[in-house]
Amino acid sequence: MNTREKILEAVLKNQPTSTPLPDIDSFKGDNTDLVQKYIDVFKTIGGNALSVDDITAVKMFINQNFDTSKRIVTTVNELSDNLELISDTVDPHTYNDVELAIIKAHFSVAENGAVWLTDEVMGQRIIPYICQHLAVIVNAQNIVPTLHEAYQKIGLGEYSFGGFIGGPSKTADIEQALVLGAHGPLSMTVFIMK
Amino acid sequence: MSQTKTHAALAGAFIKDEERVDWHDGALWFIREKRDKASKQIPEWEELREAASQIKSNVISNLHDYLLQFEANLKKNGVIVHWADSAEEHNEIVYSILKAKEINQMVKSKSMLTEECGLNEYLEERGIEVINSDLGEYIQQIDNEPPSHIVLPCIHKRKEEIGELFHEHLGTEKGLSDPTLLTRVARKHLRNVFLTRRGALTGVNFAVAETGEYVVCTNEGNADMGAHLSEVQIASMGLEKLIPQKKHLSVFLRLLARSATGQPITIYSSHYKKPRKGQEMHLILVDAGRTRQMGRVDFRDSLKCIKCGACMNTCPVYRKSGGLSYHNTISGPIGAILAPNLNMKKHADLPYASTLCGSCSNVCPVKINIHEQLYKWRQVIVKEGYAANTKALGMKAMAWTFSSPGKLTTAGKTGRWFLHNLPFVVNNKLNPWYKQRDMPEAPKESFGEWYVKNEEKEDNRQ
Repeated sequence: MNTREKILEAVLKNQPTSTPLPDIDSFKGDNTDLVQKYIDVFKTIGGNALSVDDITAVKMFINQNFDTSKRIVTTVNELSDNLELISDTVDPHTYNDVELAIIKAHFSVAENGAVWLTDEVMGQRIIPYICQHLAVIVNAQNIVPTLHEAYQKIGLGEYSFGGFIGGPSKTADIEQALVLGAHGPLSMTVFIMK
Repeated sequence: MSQTKTHAALAGAFIKDEERVDWHDGALWFIREKRDKASKQIPEWEELREAASQIKSNVISNLHDYLLQFEANLKKNGVIVHWADSAEEHNEIVYSILKAKEINQMVKSKSMLTEECGLNEYLEERGIEVINSDLGEYIQQIDNEPPSHIVLPCIHKRKEEIGELFHEHLGTEKGLSDPTLLTRVARKHLRNVFLTRRGALTGVNFAVAETGEYVVCTNEGNADMGAHLSEVQIASMGLEKLIPQKKHLSVFLRLLARSATGQPITIYSSHYKKPRKGQEMHLILVDAGRTRQMGRVDFRDSLKCIKCGACMNTCPVYRKSGGLSYHNTISGPIGAILAPNLNMKKHADLPYASTLCGSCSNVCPVKINIHEQLYKWRQVIVKEGYAANTKALGMKAMAWTFSSPGKLTTAGKTGRWFLHNLPFVVNNKLNPWYKQRDMPEAPKESFGEWYVKNEEKEDNRQ
């Protein structure tokens, strides 16, 4: 008998009588005032979220707040006139010097500030983790109250990698002192597009 | 690390530094308070705990079928599946995967399972260098110490001590102890590690049977930095990490970070499903005692644990004795009910490292009856003959004393006489109860004697 069979046999022998799954479909969040709720929560976790009217406002904010002499990459077509588009065919290591990455999220979650990204909108999986600063655009209509609505939206999901990102990378491992920018981005900005 | 010393002995050493104990106690209580605040913002918090507990009951009672479903979906997704019966077998599998690719340096994100398996030591003996990339775990690694807490690996260390370690290992200026500056140094050093390692290993927080994907939660982004830059990605998981359906993640991700640190969600919750183009993805399903624990009716619910650490933060014994005094990878209350299953003789002392106050069970997000299991383990340990001699003798003496009212009265009188007339017989170094506390002043008479006297007075009045 190989290890797999041995383990499966031990599981079968030791597992108790089956108990049913609970109904979790009744868990629902409150749909009111989601933009403001999202902005408030995202601030408490060290991020910066702001409402913008259009892509021009995004461009302006970036020009004013980031070092545009450094490498800025994006997967957003409307920004590709003066920014580098992320290629999914180059070695991911080559993105180590990215200062700012701007990508679009599928949606965001008001209760925890997280945005949902898949490799399709990341361009490359490493992008939102390796950049020094991360900026994400999300449509105001695409904010859900809680993770229950979030997973309803995701469904089974046709992605090969997906992730929630809820703020700049952080650690409090040294004497519980909060430090933003552990291994990933030092800052995260979310543009909520009207 | 001392393997032979008991929790009481190791805790005894820890509490010698009173200022540090108070600081440690306060730091953990602060996190417990953050957990309370976060949980109170969710009106349905208790319903979520109940749902999580029921989902985990369903997992444990249907694990066989879920494992088969998970395995089939992993294969469909292009992930290579391995099964390991023991820690040794797990380590051999990791080694063989790396060896086939001629990889001799690996970066690892937080994984209590691989700590439990002694993976780093195993690989290092075979010429493969492993670097732990979680900052707290990295600090513990360069100090040659295991993590003292599953979420906050170096919570017992002062920033000056960490500064000293960085001075020694990373060449920082002597005396540097600012957390932000130290973190920046580690960021730079570890970024170079991420960029140069072809092999990366992560743990698993939740694995979804329905889709064959697994979720890894971090705040630092270290799991993703390692995994997305690697040629070979390995995930190690205990069998109990499975959940049935994708939507169940909503319940667990709402509970996990709030229970752990009071955050609404960890910064990164990454859903790994298929390998990147040109990348190899492996997943190792590890038993290592889990099926044995499933067979222990009183203790199988311990497998519901989602490793949030809330029971440690709230435990008065943990807060005042430090995680390392538990001499087990997983410390605190949950560690004390998991460890005896792995090695009952070695961990016979751990279920006694508790006041049985029940706070652990009250904060547990999956409602494990931790304090009841601690009490039950004590009975098993005594029955199996693993209780410490002093404990077994003490309990025999107590059983004899309580066996008749006469014996109890005599014992009480004797005790009070000694406390009044020869206190040094009780208040000495040989009596562990006297450590860090004074014995109470003994009353002149027992309640029984007082009652008899007062009953007579009452009778006279009538």
